[in-house]
Amino acid sequence: MNALNSLLDGFGTALTPLNLLWAAIGVLLGTAIGVLPGIGPAMAVALLLPVTYGLDPTGAFIMFAGIYYGAMFGGSTTSILLNTPGESAAVVAAMEGNPMAKAGRGAQALAAAAIGHFAGGMIGTILLVALAPTVAELAVDIGAPDYFAIMVLAFIAVTSVLGSSRIRGMASLLIGLTLGLVGLDQMTGQQRLTFGSLQLADGIDVVIVAVGLFAIGEALWVAAHLRRTPGEPIPVGRPWLGRDDVRRTWKSWLRGPVIGFPFGAIPAGGAEIPTFLSYVTEKRLSKHKEEWGKGAIEGVAGPESASSASAAGTLVSMLTLGLPTTAVAAVMLAAFQQYGIQPGPLLFEREPELVWGLIASLFVGMVLLLALNLPLAPLWAKLLRIPRPYLYAGILFFAAVGAYAVGGEVIDLVILLLIGLIGFGMRRYGLPVLPAVIGVILGPSAEQQLRRALQISDGSVTGLVNTPFSVTVYAVIVVIVAWPLVKRLVGRRRTEAA
Amino acid sequence: MTTTQTPERTEAGERRSWLREHSELGVCALLLALGVLVLTDALTMDVDIAQRGPIGPKTVPIVVGIGLLVIAALLAVDVLRGGSGQAETGEDIDLSEPADWRTVLLLAGVFLATAVLIEPLGFPVAGALLFWGAAFALGSRRIDRDPLIAAGLSLITYVVFNNLLGVPLPGGPLMGAL
Repeated sequence: MNALNSLLDGFGTALTPLNLLWAAIGVLLGTAIGVLPGIGPAMAVALLLPVTYGLDPTGAFIMFAGIYYGAMFGGSTTSILLNTPGESAAVVAAMEGNPMAKAGRGAQALAAAAIGHFAGGMIGTILLVALAPTVAELAVDIGAPDYFAIMVLAFIAVTSVLGSSRIRGMASLLIGLTLGLVGLDQMTGQQRLTFGSLQLADGIDVVIVAVGLFAIGEALWVAAHLRRTPGEPIPVGRPWLGRDDVRRTWKSWLRGPVIGFPFGAIPAGGAEIPTFLSYVTEKRLSKHKEEWGKGAIEGVAGPESASSASAAGTLVSMLTLGLPTTAVAAVMLAAFQQYGIQPGPLLFEREPELVWGLIASLFVGMVLLLALNLPLAPLWAKLLRIPRPYLYAGILFFAAVGAYAVGGEVIDLVILLLIGLIGFGMRRYGLPVLPAVIGVILGPSAEQQLRRALQISDGSVTGLVNTPFSVTVYAVIVVIVAWPLVKRLVGRRRTEAA
Repeated sequence: MTTTQTPERTEAGERRSWLREHSELGVCALLLALGVLVLTDALTMDVDIAQRGPIGPKTVPIVVGIGLLVIAALLAVDVLRGGSGQAETGEDIDLSEPADWRTVLLLAGVFLATAVLIEPLGFPVAGALLFWGAAFALGSRRIDRDPLIAAGLSLITYVVFNNLLGVPLPGGPLMGAL
């Protein structure tokens, strides 16, 4: 077992005192961020991108992965105790979790969620260990046309699957692609959209775009609509589960990853769809149907397990193909670019210490999270009391630090504010932010791969579809694009038949 | 609209409320302007012999520019047909009240002031002013506590980034004096 040996080496990396420290910081920060309203894991990783200037890549990614997993754990706490899910992944947790808390079973809901995350994360990460090297091996000889196809898939998926309007998703993607064009053309050195400015010739740093759209845009948007009376969390004791509860939930914990993991790996919007599917499945299989809507514990256990497993699935696509399927993965990809590392099939060959250290640290992080979350849940819930002015002032403060740290340029702060205002407008008019971020991060490399592929084929368009891999990817794209049409046709036939 | 109003007034009022309901057309206008900008920049580019391969630095900007124009048009059609983007919701967001522009402008102002002050005053002072100013704009009025938290946060951040992580931040006269 080659993967197993590599994983053992990975544990060697992950268990060094310094990397353990980064994992601990990551899961603590992640849980806090998941609990705190207004900050999501994508914003948190974006705000922490400047540490990539001072930290070695292994430590940084161990911390980022800890934040990602930790935020999944923490996110369900707000859903259960406050009934206000901050992230789309935690919406389902509120549906059964909050009624449970209201009925005085908050402790059990928190425990079912925490153990669900642990089980889902563990199973998901084991699947990651089993599958990722195989995927990487299969994809190892993919070339420019294949990379281009994957990036087109990311663009199409992120605009079509997420959000309610394809037009608005597309508009957001084009804004991102435009921002990505600014600067010198990578292949010829031609100035594009620089308007003669030297500062713009370097391009707009991805850190500034990510921080501007995620952090400044969000802080300004919340400031415009700040809820004057924040909701009161339901007080709760230490989470625990009785024997009856365990008997009802263990199957749900195991079923969650089956749904969550594959959905995390494909660009279908992260944990949103699988948590909902898991909820529906659990409801159908439940022997206590009368409890649903009033606090059925399976409705917390299954979806929470699915959401953590989907995070592991997301890492498979990101590490083996360089395909970001969620906002966090997109920002982590930006971090890879900061280090000049290209995630993709070769990553497992070129950076085994980084990859396997990262994967091993996921197991470490999960154990830390379970140990932290069961006893400390009441303490975490106290974070909900933080005065909102401090919270959003803090976000603006760290955004400024991050943008200034990029290059020590005052102009970067001004660009950051401008991009933040764009992010504000996007939130006001329902333009999703993620397509823009993906556009900035992947746009330039997509252009490069496209030009490289056409250079090889001497300008012939067939050069883009001359591998089985790229043909498969384009077939998937056609299905995604045609799906609403098919659905409409089928729906019409059904109503006609009825 | 009540019937007591004069006809012109009603008309003007109707136009205004129509514009308010369709303010999303402003997004279309911005996308259109952006598209024109990208296309102009691409078409006025003089690509010399530096071009390698069949497609040069112009092609992708032209595609993106045309895409922007097309999307601006499609979005306009969607808005005029009654479609509208859903404003984003969140834990601390209350969409039932109208937007509080004063706070947004104050925050933007505080942020710009920080950009101006960061080099002459140094990061610890400018950062503290940013935090305090932003908290004030957001409605915090604890004169005894806010500046202390701001100063502490700013100083700790400075030390962590400048001394521990090795990301240089300007110390300013304060750090020079210490």
